Amino acid sequence: MTATQDVDRAAPAGPSFEDRVRRVADAAHRMRHHVLNMGEVQGQGYVGQALGVADVLAVAYQDQLRLRPADPHWDERDRFLLSIGHYAIALYAALAEAGVIPVEELETYGSDESRLPMSGMASYTPGMEISGGSLGHGLGVGVGMALGLRHRGVASRVVNLLSDGELDEGSTWEAAMGAAHHRLGNLTAVVDMNALQADGPTAGVLAIEPVERKWEAFGWHTVRVDGNDVPALLRAFDSLAEADADTPRVVICDTRIGSGVPLLETREKAHFMRIDEHEWQIARDQLDQGAQR
Amino acid sequence: MSTPTRKRLTTSAMIASFVDEGQRTTPAPFGHALSRLAEERPEIVGLTADLGKYTDMHVFAQDHPDRFFQMGMSEQLLLGAAAGMAEVGLVPFASTYSVFATRRAYDFLCLDAAEPGLNVNIVGGLPGLTTGYGPSHQATEDIAILRGMPGLTIVDPCDSVDIEQAVPALAEVAGPTYLRLLRGKVPTVLDEYDYTFEVGRAAELRTGRDVTLVSSGLMTMRALSAAERLAEHRVDVGVLHVPTIKPLDTEAVLRVGRSDRLVVTVENHSVVGGLGEAVASCLAFNGVGRDLVPVALPDEFLAAGALPTLHDRYGLSTDRLVRRVLDALEV
Repeated sequence: MTATQDVDRAAPAGPSFEDRVRRVADAAHRMRHHVLNMGEVQGQGYVGQALGVADVLAVAYQDQLRLRPADPHWDERDRFLLSIGHYAIALYAALAEAGVIPVEELETYGSDESRLPMSGMASYTPGMEISGGSLGHGLGVGVGMALGLRHRGVASRVVNLLSDGELDEGSTWEAAMGAAHHRLGNLTAVVDMNALQADGPTAGVLAIEPVERKWEAFGWHTVRVDGNDVPALLRAFDSLAEADADTPRVVICDTRIGSGVPLLETREKAHFMRIDEHEWQIARDQLDQGAQR
Repeated sequence: MSTPTRKRLTTSAMIASFVDEGQRTTPAPFGHALSRLAEERPEIVGLTADLGKYTDMHVFAQDHPDRFFQMGMSEQLLLGAAAGMAEVGLVPFASTYSVFATRRAYDFLCLDAAEPGLNVNIVGGLPGLTTGYGPSHQATEDIAILRGMPGLTIVDPCDSVDIEQAVPALAEVAGPTYLRLLRGKVPTVLDEYDYTFEVGRAAELRTGRDVTLVSSGLMTMRALSAAERLAEHRVDVGVLHVPTIKPLDTEAVLRVGRSDRLVVTVENHSVVGGLGEAVASCLAFNGVGRDLVPVALPDEFLAAGALPTLHDRYGLSTDRLVRRVLDALEV
């Protein structure tokens, strides 16, 4: 697998749109397999969420981010901040496909001495920029990174993946205001709208809609997209180039829990999805059947 | 019935002065020290949460406008963003009032700055009882809140000399730090002593055969005044100034603890979880059993009012400190 490219994103002789779609979709498919394999070893994990966000992460790591996989501390890299530390299983799959960590290492997920703990921690894993998990932190840290990088004259982008549940946190909106006030065009928020949080459907826990109008009112360039439609995701990320240079950007991605595995897509929605021992292989088979269609 | 006319002290400005009469002072030592440091070190930046003028950060902002970042009244963002700036190689000093840095934004200091061990320097105004505005602004338990945070250096400076020397020293500390800020016209006391601030080091400012006052922050200034006054009572009093609460200079504390003198801990903080308890646990954990006399704020939400009245009421005035020592000695 070729790793994420260290090339200018705007290079004119880049791959065709169809090539980009295929590259991202193929990686997302493999990432979903990695997620099921990791989930099976542990018998748990945020599998439903990770399947839902796989396409978004594949777009980020295969198409958007400027990284040097062998040098995760390269100063000019784009920073990808996983606020939702418990989605680590999804990011490990993305980091493996991007060549930052070996695919074989995924087997150690959640085990003693592993570099891949159940909740993402920067000190454990190459390419994990922050220790997320306490929600509402990523965007504020992202504001500081974007301010600091701009101050230092480094052209890197900062991308923060946050969940719809994280929009409950007041600190997220402090950061949203700060980013607009400081005109941080180098900051992009990606919101995974999977409509589910710990105590149930997001709409019933704390009403957060209208999400687009909230971000717009906070001064952000806002797009909303089906987060499991790879061509649409690519077009949405491409469209960010149309934003004013000094306006922060947000891509609101509506995703389906369990996406790619009908067995899990249709299961009663639960924060911790129960998957029986015999179902892991069924899930893998369904994933491959879907890819063939 | 007539009421006797008596001069009533009034609650002064938010940041009331605790300067004693005739006391020499230095204006805005923190702001000027940070500004000077920034001239030598380009990675120094300053942030505040709508309290630049009230934490002397405005001096830095005027001198280095391109390196000053106003975060608005958003303390969670202040500390998260400071951590983000440290992540990309800058050395931030972030100022707000102590109550907001500790009570409101604890999780952000803890997980964004301390857990990754980043060089984030928090500067907290109005520590302990330094305002008459009541519990909303009196950070009487800030050290108690912060002492449990792994890797955090906590400094409670006495005066302008301490602050001027602490600012560059804290920028050198690899991990996060918390400085209890004294601002405005800050007393200048320690230049009369053979003293240099060092992170993690206590300093014996004067020796005494009868009593040792183990003090930090502005209470070291009161301890030195009290020692002078107690000499008039033929009580020979030493003062161990402990500007770094964490990591504590255990060697110096144990030396004092093992002496046969009366030991009095003196702090501008609640009796719960501050210098006194740090000293007590240091002694107990090292097998030194002895009495300690704690001079500290009571475990209460304090009253509003004029600062000199409050310092007298809660035992922080020089008069009260002298009396407490004499009582303990049964003089």
